[in-house]
Amino acid sequence: MPINYFLILSAFLFCAGAYGVLARRNSVLVLMSIELMLNAVNLNLVAFSTQVQNVSGQVFALFVITIAAAEVGIGLAIVLLIYRNLRSPDLDRVEQLKG
Amino acid sequence: MWEQEVAFWIIAVAMALAAIGVVRSDNVVHAALYLVVVLAGSAAQYILLLAEFVAWVQVLIYIGAIVVLFLFGIMLTRAPMREESGKLDNDQRLASAVVSLFLFGVLTVFLVDAFQGDEVKFSDDLVKLGSSANVGESIFREYVIPFEVVSMLLLAALVGAVALARKD
Repeated sequence: MPINYFLILSAFLFCAGAYGVLARRNSVLVLMSIELMLNAVNLNLVAFSTQVQNVSGQVFALFVITIAAAEVGIGLAIVLLIYRNLRSPDLDRVEQLKG
Repeated sequence: MWEQEVAFWIIAVAMALAAIGVVRSDNVVHAALYLVVVLAGSAAQYILLLAEFVAWVQVLIYIGAIVVLFLFGIMLTRAPMREESGKLDNDQRLASAVVSLFLFGVLTVFLVDAFQGDEVKFSDDLVKLGSSANVGESIFREYVIPFEVVSMLLLAALVGAVALARKD
């Protein structure tokens, strides 16, 4: 089975995620798009791990999953703060760094 | 070998459609549910690639924990359930579509050029590669220091999240 199948599927997921990050206004949806991109990376890692028959790629995929969990935790805390301060989850309204 | 290809294409088409659903849906909760389809699809691809441990971790952590966190986030930010078309997007939709299509085109051309003819060869020995015994041994032998670092990072991130989200 050509490894390109997996790589191109993963490239598609990554580009869909990139579109979401650029085009979405709602901050929760932006975080979801970032998850799509991280997931595309994992698919690449596991595909190469199986192709070269080395388990390291799968271990790295597990690390990426852990980092993604941490990222969502922090991300949602920040989204909650934005919502509390601006009364809206829209990222376009976050215009100043000063609290 | 053709069975794996058929399974791959069925799952891949479902994942691609659901990924478009995540970034195009006008309903925040529907987007989260489309995300579940994408994540379950990649778990299925991991099983196809004989990486069973990663596949189950994917199901437990991504579908079990992260999607629930997203649903909590949607609930706490009171995202409107029914939104008129395009209100969840900003006005750079066209530019973003051009950028991501261009990126996809470039990536596809380079991937086809670089990995043409490289095959994933499945064999019975390969089942052992992704088993939890083998992955666990690799984590606790070669990658034990990154493993400890990542657990400290997770702890720090969660303490940070609590500190950020506290009211006082």
